Amino acid sequence: MHRLRLIALLGLAPSLTPAAELHVGAGQTFASIRPALAAARAGDTIFVHSGLYREGNLLVGKPVALVGLDRPRLDGGATAEVLTITASQVTVRGFAVQNGGAASLADLAGIKVHHASHVTIEDNRISNCSFGIYLSKAHDTVVRSNEIVGIPGQNNEGNGIHAWSCAGLELDRNRVSGQRDGIYLEFTTDSAITRNLVTDNLRYGLHFMSSHRNTYRGNSFLCNGAGVAVMYSHEVRMEANLFGRSWGSAAYGLLLKDMADSQIVGNTFESNSTAVTMQGVTRMTVERNLFRENGWALQVQSSCTDNVFSGNNFVGNSFDLATNGQLDLNRFDGNYWDKAENFDLNRDGVADVPYRPVSLFAMLVERMPSALLLLRSPLVHFLDRAERIFPSLTPDRLIDPHPVMRPHPR
Amino acid sequence: MLRIVQYVVGDILRGKIVLGYTGFLLVASFGLFNLGGDTTKGLIGLLSLVLLVVPLVSLVFATVHFYNSYEFIELLAAQPLHRSTLLLAQIFGVALALTAALLVGVGLPIMLYAPTATGFTLIAVSLMLSFVFTALAFLAAVLARDKARGVGAALLLWFYFALLHDGLTLYALFLLEDFPLEGVSLGLLSLNPIDLARVLVLLQMDVSALMGYTGAMMKELLGTGSGVAFAAAVLAGWIAVPLAAAVWVFRRKDL
Repeated sequence: MHRLRLIALLGLAPSLTPAAELHVGAGQTFASIRPALAAARAGDTIFVHSGLYREGNLLVGKPVALVGLDRPRLDGGATAEVLTITASQVTVRGFAVQNGGAASLADLAGIKVHHASHVTIEDNRISNCSFGIYLSKAHDTVVRSNEIVGIPGQNNEGNGIHAWSCAGLELDRNRVSGQRDGIYLEFTTDSAITRNLVTDNLRYGLHFMSSHRNTYRGNSFLCNGAGVAVMYSHEVRMEANLFGRSWGSAAYGLLLKDMADSQIVGNTFESNSTAVTMQGVTRMTVERNLFRENGWALQVQSSCTDNVFSGNNFVGNSFDLATNGQLDLNRFDGNYWDKAENFDLNRDGVADVPYRPVSLFAMLVERMPSALLLLRSPLVHFLDRAERIFPSLTPDRLIDPHPVMRPHPR
Repeated sequence: MLRIVQYVVGDILRGKIVLGYTGFLLVASFGLFNLGGDTTKGLIGLLSLVLLVVPLVSLVFATVHFYNSYEFIELLAAQPLHRSTLLLAQIFGVALALTAALLVGVGLPIMLYAPTATGFTLIAVSLMLSFVFTALAFLAAVLARDKARGVGAALLLWFYFALLHDGLTLYALFLLEDFPLEGVSLGLLSLNPIDLARVLVLLQMDVSALMGYTGAMMKELLGTGSGVAFAAAVLAGWIAVPLAAAVWVFRRKDL
């Protein structure tokens, strides 16, 4: 009986031994990372001391923690993918990953997670790689506090954080710049993208393709081709983000295309050529946002239906709303429009006369863009005012029936 | 010349009109900044005011001033003075008095409420407009013999530049909708100093919208700051050309 117990205990032995610590670096047990990875067992922690490690592609195939001390540099030599993770429960923390390779057929990345779950990638600095962090079928993975810096024009074919077919991701407090898309999600669901700073990317700051039930909150998207593009997705919640300085003829703070059942709440859109453009969008709530000093605050195509715009502040935009249709099936209610010259006799804070957010001049510019140079001309001012009194060309049913007199507090 | 300028400015400041102009601008500016709530909104209102009122006041005041001081001009013409010196001193005297009024009436409120790039551009532009329309007014005055015609011409000029020109531009763009119009629209704007002034302010105030404009030429102009240089240069031309023309006419004029 005793013996049997002993045998059973011995059989369990490997999983009972405490997790080992392996050290890599000059003067340490291992001089390079690859042998340490080979020697490590599940649950071990590999500490990598500072230094330059040129080991080509490193494959992490077992659940270990790779921890950099004083930010060791992993260099791909411009040919290889630097770190490939194929096991679940892996942690990678504190590295500088640099000079990853680029290939036209394979998507090479600084750090790739492939068919694994519960991976944590934290506090790394990834520079000059084609893709920064590439997650493919990597469920419940956490990507936190990484900095990803691409070199525009040189390796601009890859995205900063690329997620394909994942669920339950947590992307938090990363900084991404100089890539094609800052963060790209495709077939990725039930994920949270929070507090990231995404700037100066060539195409979009954050890009959703067929990615449903996601939330992004508290991020800043500045100076990207377009801040965020959400396409063919539903149930996306967009909350308390800052969209700024997307300048250009096809530059948008937020580009929405063919999507449904989503919310845009409490965001700030500042100094974009177009703050929000919408095509084929249905059942969307646009609430309590601030649109400030944009060229166009809203461009809503006539293919949009059942959307509600309420409680937003429109301040200092060149144009508040442009459309190519009547927008009959959408509702504007209780917004603050700084261009409304209105009165409030019963002093309930709501203006006594409905407001028409589409001006005649906005329609003219839609038709002949070169007329834009007449913006703020006294003549245009008089034309707009006359049109507001006797609407003939602007959509006559497109009104905000209860515009408020003062901006909504935020 | 300096002494004549001094005398003209002193003479104008003793009158009540420029004082009233200053007061009006002050009240309007403070009103716009306080009623609107937002400084951007105040600046937009002030822009409309400047674009309409500054040219009108400059034109009418300068023409009337020319006819009222006609005897003084005749007297000075009898002195050993160049006629160009004489006229330029008159023009600068009037323009300086008007710009002083603007600096107090518009400049001061902007400094207090909106000391931004847009605000400073608005001040600079309103000063330039004063010079442009004073020069134009003197040109109209030296061309027309009697006061009624001179003031009438000045008013017509105002109506044309403030409203009619933009209407015609819009109509032209409408007619030629199918053609690439970048150069044409820029050319049409250059023909109107008020438009140039407005575009200079737009380049600060509505740069987000202007950057959304499709067209390589505009990109070039807006992106590099050469747009500001171009508009300011043409606006300076709008001061120089009427000034030179007025002097040229005045030198040959039978007083």
